[in-house]
Amino acid sequence: MKSSTFNRLLSTLTHTGALIPFAWMLWDFFTHNYGPDPIREFTLRTGKTALVLLLLSLACTPINTLFKFRAALRLRRPLGLYSFMYASIHFAIFIGVDYFFNFSLIQDGLLEKRYAIVGLTTGLILLTLAVTSTKGAQRRLKKNWKKLHRLAYIAGILAVIHYIWLVKQGVTQPWYFAGVLILLLTLRVKPVKNWAGSRLKGV
Amino acid sequence: MNKIKSSEITPEHIYLSRRDFLKSMGIVSASAAILAACGIAPTESAQASVAPASDTQLTVPPSADTDELGGALNSFEDITHYNNYYEFTTDKERVADLAEGYPTSPWEVRVGGLVNQAKTYSIDDLRKFEIEERIYRLRCVEAWSMVIPWMGFPLSKLLAEVQPKAEAKYVRFETIYDPEGMPGFKKNPWYQWPYVEGLRVDEAMNDLAILSTGLYGKDLLPQSGAPVRLVVPWKYGFKSIKSIVKIDLVAEMPTSLWMAAATNEYGFYANVNPAVDHPRWSQGSERRIGEFSRRETLMFNGYEAEVAHLYTGMDLTANF
Repeated sequence: MKSSTFNRLLSTLTHTGALIPFAWMLWDFFTHNYGPDPIREFTLRTGKTALVLLLLSLACTPINTLFKFRAALRLRRPLGLYSFMYASIHFAIFIGVDYFFNFSLIQDGLLEKRYAIVGLTTGLILLTLAVTSTKGAQRRLKKNWKKLHRLAYIAGILAVIHYIWLVKQGVTQPWYFAGVLILLLTLRVKPVKNWAGSRLKGV
Repeated sequence: MNKIKSSEITPEHIYLSRRDFLKSMGIVSASAAILAACGIAPTESAQASVAPASDTQLTVPPSADTDELGGALNSFEDITHYNNYYEFTTDKERVADLAEGYPTSPWEVRVGGLVNQAKTYSIDDLRKFEIEERIYRLRCVEAWSMVIPWMGFPLSKLLAEVQPKAEAKYVRFETIYDPEGMPGFKKNPWYQWPYVEGLRVDEAMNDLAILSTGLYGKDLLPQSGAPVRLVVPWKYGFKSIKSIVKIDLVAEMPTSLWMAAATNEYGFYANVNPAVDHPRWSQGSERRIGEFSRRETLMFNGYEAEVAHLYTGMDLTANF
């Protein structure tokens, strides 16, 4: 297969894959398939999808390092942008539907809560990265662009903490995400990266 | 909205004697005769009509559509398909599936400790208590709520039978421990099983505290804590311990499972209190299942008149 054809295929797969959860949610919404607590259901689903896509975006660089799969690098931007899309819906449901723009409740009950602050910070980072994701911004920011976009790792860490702080003690699911994130972060550490890279090359 | 207690809407004696009432009207025998005339064996329906309230098929509709504050009853479907029961799973919407068919008969509740008349109750023994309907709000510590038409009897009546000794200060409840029958034990081994909860004796004697055996006029399903569970509506839902096998009167404050799991987050009292937040989230408002917008959470879940006197002089922030 020609590399341009392959890249197009990979790109189409990424866009389709990233939009499937959204289509699925719309389907469930319009067929009333959302259980007794729909607000919680859709808040959780958008949040989890945003987190999965963010982690996938963070996985692209290590995948290239380990497997010399350069095509993965081109997927960082769309995956990150889709993550931002789901995070935005997540935030919109939370403020606009769950709290129904009841700002006194939001102010009293939420702004002092650490999970909410961490979630909001994650969202602001994703917003900043989305706004500066264009080629033009990349040119204008020059060397700083790369530094700025390393914030994606911080967003990943904060998103996992946000999830952990939401659940009761002993609920395991957020810890699976934490495990994946720790693995991805470890693979970015130079000695680990070099060691893992050389091992795989030897195969 | 007038404040009418659900217990005032259906006079208890009429509600409880409905089967006798039907019998006295000759409806049971007449209908049996009709069924027989149609060639349908009358045994099943006739027996169901005179049997104690043990037949899950028998539905007595709730006496009201709302609680005394005008909040609509949640549907049977919602009540039985959105459950916190970690012995099965931590996924609220999967408990019903996993608990389906869980055997809750035969069952025994051992009541003992600091009492004069220790007694082991079978389910039939528990059914001898007069069953009342209580329409209560249930407020989960996770900030959602429901309105549920429970069937049950005051815990005080059971305690009166076993006669607590003077040195008994607390009541300790225990859920069944069944790692083979309930998948959640092995999946969540870090909790200190079995599930334990407790009340102060004066809280337990309060008329609002009931042992429930049913809801919507049907026997409890396993996911709701069959065959018998506590309901203390002024406290967060996790206090209303399910599928009870043991009740002990004790001198020391029992440590509940949640107190052990997170001492700083779950206290012994766990009274619904919009002014005392969970350390990680607000308790000021709640989402009523089936409703679109949030409601403000009420002090003691709206039962302040009935229970506030239990806590006079106590610092409710320290005793969360």
